[in-house]
Amino acid sequence: MAHRWTNDLTNDDVTPKSAYLNRRQVMAGMAGLGLAALAPKAQAATDLTPTDFDVITQYNNFYEFGTGKEDPAKHAHRLTTKPWSIKIDGLVDRPGDYALGDILSKMTIEERIYRFRCVEAWSMVVPWNGFELKDLLDLAGVQSSAKYVAFETLYRPKEMIGQNSPFLDWPYVEGLRLDEANHPLTLMATGIYGKDVPKQNGAPIRLVVPWKYGFKSIKSIVRITLTDKEPPTSWNKSIPGEYGFYSNVNPEVDHPRWSQASERPIGGGFFAKRIPTLKFNGYEKEVAGLYDGMDLRKNY
Amino acid sequence: MIDTVNTLVRKTPNWLLYLIGAAYPVWLLYAGFTGGLGVDPVKAMEHALGKVGLQVLIAVLLVTPLRRFTKLNFLSWRRALGVISFFYILLHFLVWMVLDVQILSQVWADIVKRPYIIVGMISLVILLPLAITSNNLSIRKLGPRWRKLHKLTYLAVALGGVHYIMQTKGFEYEPYIYLGVVIGLIAFRKLPKKRAAQPAKRQVA
Repeated sequence: MAHRWTNDLTNDDVTPKSAYLNRRQVMAGMAGLGLAALAPKAQAATDLTPTDFDVITQYNNFYEFGTGKEDPAKHAHRLTTKPWSIKIDGLVDRPGDYALGDILSKMTIEERIYRFRCVEAWSMVVPWNGFELKDLLDLAGVQSSAKYVAFETLYRPKEMIGQNSPFLDWPYVEGLRLDEANHPLTLMATGIYGKDVPKQNGAPIRLVVPWKYGFKSIKSIVRITLTDKEPPTSWNKSIPGEYGFYSNVNPEVDHPRWSQASERPIGGGFFAKRIPTLKFNGYEKEVAGLYDGMDLRKNY
Repeated sequence: MIDTVNTLVRKTPNWLLYLIGAAYPVWLLYAGFTGGLGVDPVKAMEHALGKVGLQVLIAVLLVTPLRRFTKLNFLSWRRALGVISFFYILLHFLVWMVLDVQILSQVWADIVKRPYIIVGMISLVILLPLAITSNNLSIRKLGPRWRKLHKLTYLAVALGGVHYIMQTKGFEYEPYIYLGVVIGLIAFRKLPKKRAAQPAKRQVA
């Protein structure tokens, strides 16, 4: 189901935050909308504007193409993305290879303007196009015993030249808890600024989990596995003391080597001011409930 | 050939070395303002200054082995290279402080609690007295102590190499290559001169 969530990051978006929050509460849904319509415009989140397309596509962490920020833009052209299919397996009713075209024919693509916060303390605002991961999971039919979703990036060292070096244990893998995966904010992105996702940004299809550090948003996905155990994740395997399974954006929990209290927006040149980092990257109201009773310091 | 190079090196005026040295950060700044450093000029400049600073420091340490093994003599450049490397590393620190971290309380918090920053700061602090005493007056006044003091260059470079490795995410080759070179250079200095000269003796025999 598309349009379960409304952007809060554009100037022209005047929907008060309370509107879309209440809207998700089935019982109070319509009443909430009614009240929201009366709410003052000033409540409408922020005046953040999307980062330039050139910036989004020239400053990437995609170690499959090298560890430098410019490496992906330089080397990703080698990647072939057609044909593309996603193997969905594990605890699902309808496992199999799902051709990307078939998936897309069943999905409604919508625009989501999300903050993007890298664990390295820089950030962007990205206008994604995509569909909710939940819709894809529903397509495969998640079994009731499933508790986690594991993701895998393409492994093709001939095209992804970074995979010839041991920067990480290839292929790149990531994971979410099932409730995180089913959250309406969790997006499978196929586009940026209305164009196909550029190869350096994870073509043809990638995950976007806006309240988590960027490395959770795995790129160029070829496999999704439903499991009942917490799946391994690449950065956690590489440096477990620095990168946890959850990796929720949290200004109160520092990275061992730097503070996470603030971030540098990319694209502002030499004198771009740091801005404070928001808990759950500004999506606290939407997702904090997923972690009720959890020690976020321990589960970093 | 070697003689020609040595003559050229000897005849290079110091002001020219300092001018070239100063031109690099100016060029970085210009490139940063005109898009030449990519979309994140702050990090690009910070990393470039740190890395080139380390490279110039390594060049300083190469002067002696080059003299011993190839008879190439860059001794007359060494002081300028040392001062320039300090200048780059100081700028590296200032870019990090002023343009990157920006918030003074956070700068201080990082300096006291982030190991890779602590290591980098120690290196910079070691280089400070070396830069200050890089003049004829200091050499005269300090006498033999000057040589001892300036041996600290090895420690500063080694810490610089460690600092470079510590700030990477995951595994990267490049910083290990730098540290390998630094360790090699230190090992060379520890090598007794006699043993290093042995192969030459054998040739004579």
